[in-house]
Amino acid sequence: MDEKKYAKLEQEISPKIPLMKNILKAFLTGGIICLVAQFVALFYMTYFDFTERTASNPTVATMIFFSMLLTGFGLYKKIGQFGGAGSAVPITGFGNAVISAAIEHKSEGYVLGVGSNMFKLAGSVILFGVFSAFVVALIKTILVKLGVVSW
Amino acid sequence: MSSIYITAFIVGGLICVIGQLLFDVAKLTPAHTLCLLVVAGSILDGLGLYEPLIDFAGAGATIPITSFGNSLTHGALAEAEKHGLIGVLTGMFEVTSSGISSAILFGFIAAIIFKPKGNV
Repeated sequence: MDEKKYAKLEQEISPKIPLMKNILKAFLTGGIICLVAQFVALFYMTYFDFTERTASNPTVATMIFFSMLLTGFGLYKKIGQFGGAGSAVPITGFGNAVISAAIEHKSEGYVLGVGSNMFKLAGSVILFGVFSAFVVALIKTILVKLGVVSW
Repeated sequence: MSSIYITAFIVGGLICVIGQLLFDVAKLTPAHTLCLLVVAGSILDGLGLYEPLIDFAGAGATIPITSFGNSLTHGALAEAEKHGLIGVLTGMFEVTSSGISSAILFGFIAAIIFKPKGNV
């Protein structure tokens, strides 16, 4: 069987992804998580001395706290099964990746298990975030020095 | 005032839809998808496009993982503006400290409190 035939066969056999349904679920899940976060931000703006811009830091921390509770009680996995990318893309998904790895490796001890495995999944996000931020900021700084663009 | 809730819902949802398309259509793994979105966020900030999105959508733009790339770049650029090239390195985590520090802290607390039950 050549490659083309195999690809065709693979396409026929593999179950059809309900694309529209998945998109709708991801939209709803992601939207609701961001809506909750917007209410958390309102809380920080109303009761503490935060502006619209600075409120995002405590909001992110609070959302990761919610993510800890949901992950610990095994509920985030269920949200993930329903929402797909809608639960993975928000910062709560990042928190879930760190927290679930930490809980899962508890039996290997706090240093070798929890400490070493915590960033097993989230590490790649940090790596590529830092690297791309470095490249983008470097290029922009050089361009500003050359007078091509302004800050 | 109430329109920010609608835009937060819609923009946050749409960024997740992009993620879902990368899952289902481009057949990327979740890890690849998240890395791609982070890189996209940092490039958008370099072009000066992410901050207007935050003004428009609030948490709809700050909660998806794209904002992680955005705030890394933003911190690096803010320090670079003050201290030149070395600031690119030193300023990187200035803005985004809360995401990582709270993930580490709550991760450790969760490991102490909760017992592993299969695949959490």
